[in-house]
Amino acid sequence: MNIFGYRIPMMASLLVWAVLWEIVGRLDLIFLIPPMTSIIETGVHLVQTSSWQKASIITLRSFGIGMSLAIGVGVPLGILMGRFKAVDNIMGLWVNMFVSAPLSALVPVLMILFGLGETTVVVTVFLFAVWIIVLDARAGVMQVPTSLLEMGRSYGANGWVLFTKIILLSALPEILAGIRIGLIRGVKGVVIGQILVSIIGYGELFELFSRSFEMESFWALTLILFVVAMLLSAFVETFEKRIEYYAGAR
Amino acid sequence: MQLSAIPAVQPSAPVTSNDPVVQVRSICKTYGDIEALRNIDLEFSRGKLTTLLGPSGCGKTTLLKIIAGLVPANSGEIRVNGRAVTGPGPERAFVFQDFALMPWATVMRNVAFGLELRGVNAAERKRVATRYIEEVGLAGFEEKYPHELSGGMRQRVGIARAFAVNADVLLLDEPFSAVDEQNRRKFQEDLLRLVDLEKKTFIFVTHSIEEAVYVSDRIVLLSPRPGRISQVIDPKIDRSASPDDIRRDPGYLDTVEEIWDGLRHYVD
Ligand SMILES: Nc1ncnc2c1ncn2[C@@H]1O[C@H](COP(=O)(O)OP(=O)(O)O)[C@@H](O)[C@H]1O
Ligand SMILES: [Mg+2]
Repeated sequence: MNIFGYRIPMMASLLVWAVLWEIVGRLDLIFLIPPMTSIIETGVHLVQTSSWQKASIITLRSFGIGMSLAIGVGVPLGILMGRFKAVDNIMGLWVNMFVSAPLSALVPVLMILFGLGETTVVVTVFLFAVWIIVLDARAGVMQVPTSLLEMGRSYGANGWVLFTKIILLSALPEILAGIRIGLIRGVKGVVIGQILVSIIGYGELFELFSRSFEMESFWALTLILFVVAMLLSAFVETFEKRIEYYAGAR
Repeated sequence: MQLSAIPAVQPSAPVTSNDPVVQVRSICKTYGDIEALRNIDLEFSRGKLTTLLGPSGCGKTTLLKIIAGLVPANSGEIRVNGRAVTGPGPERAFVFQDFALMPWATVMRNVAFGLELRGVNAAERKRVATRYIEEVGLAGFEEKYPHELSGGMRQRVGIARAFAVNADVLLLDEPFSAVDEQNRRKFQEDLLRLVDLEKKTFIFVTHSIEEAVYVSDRIVLLSPRPGRISQVIDPKIDRSASPDDIRRDPGYLDTVEEIWDGLRHYVD
């Protein structure tokens, strides 16, 4: 982040905002904003309650299933689109439409289709995450340098061998980048899905806290979600860094 | 249609030798509307280095890739060791202008890649690759990745990979074009040493006249698009002399001049 030409580290700027929040909270100006310290304190208590733990398990499960499906479908579909013009023609329009569509608006439709339960949340996670994974996998496969393909062929690789030894490995950085963005979108999906369904997991908790005006708990839960999303992203990023040697050659 | 067309510059009669490893017969190639090659007839003999020389866009890479079996010709035929070429084969190895190294693999794995694809076991792969890594002067860099190497070193990896599969024919597409001038000379000298050592058939592409004259046993001059053979030149140079003496050799200088003269009417 840059402010007046100075580079401010991410963490430092977060700290500034936290302090600002604390001051506004202490001033007791707005009922909706309790001080940061009491939010954190509440958070520590919250994570020890069984209702939070149960909600977390449900949330993690929906997220895990939805993401596995999104990766399991998205990566192969993207690769097929990158390799075969026919698949690309059939699917391209849909993928491009969905990747930027306001998917939250679809969730009520999903609730009608899949009921007010975990299935709807899983489908929401899937729909939030899958398209960017498809697009990045497709881009990765299409960006394999021609000379690398020719190199493989000239030394005797063909079909499956060429695919596994050259195409897949060459596309891996893009595939991983797609998965990383997909994970973050999936977190959004699980939260939005649960809030709209509002009787399971964190959605139920959010509903409860906001209805009973427990703003500390409300913000604490939000904070936890933020941290988890950032940690997830950081985790995949370190994984991407481990295969950094790709970047140097491009 | 192009078969009957008469080239603007009459090529000298197809060059023959007693032991042709690669035969190129009436090759024509068009990309859509672009006529890249017209009626190419050539023969390449064992143990010699032949250079395809011509301005950029004249179809040098195309011809090399047709010989490699990577690009199909519209008409004509390639024979290697008497057999017609239908695709890539183990008796030919290619060195790419942009190196074409696998960025995710070490120098060792890159050099051994041709052997890996042939199902050679790991120990044997390592033995052969180590030898050629050493031969191109990269000993000690076996576990490095391509992005850790300079352009010149990367092309040494590409050359070692081509040698490691022990092909009869080496196809080199402007291998030194991405190498800076000082290293280029070193490369050219190393190439001559390897030609002498390996007794293989080299087909070398360049657009540098000096480079062509310095390294070649024979130079095939291609005309601008559509590529046709405009002249075949056999430099008469004493290769036993030192590199600096070769570059001052009257034969060397005369050949460079001769090629300039041949090209002059294209420039005008
Ligand atoms: N894949 C391709 N598709 C269309 N045109 C091509 C392709 N490859 C080469 N060409 C054209 O064919 C001509 C010869 O190209 P090339 O063999 O690369 O020349 P050179 O290697 O001598 O510079 C050029 O005009 C180039 O634009
Ligand atoms: Mg070229």
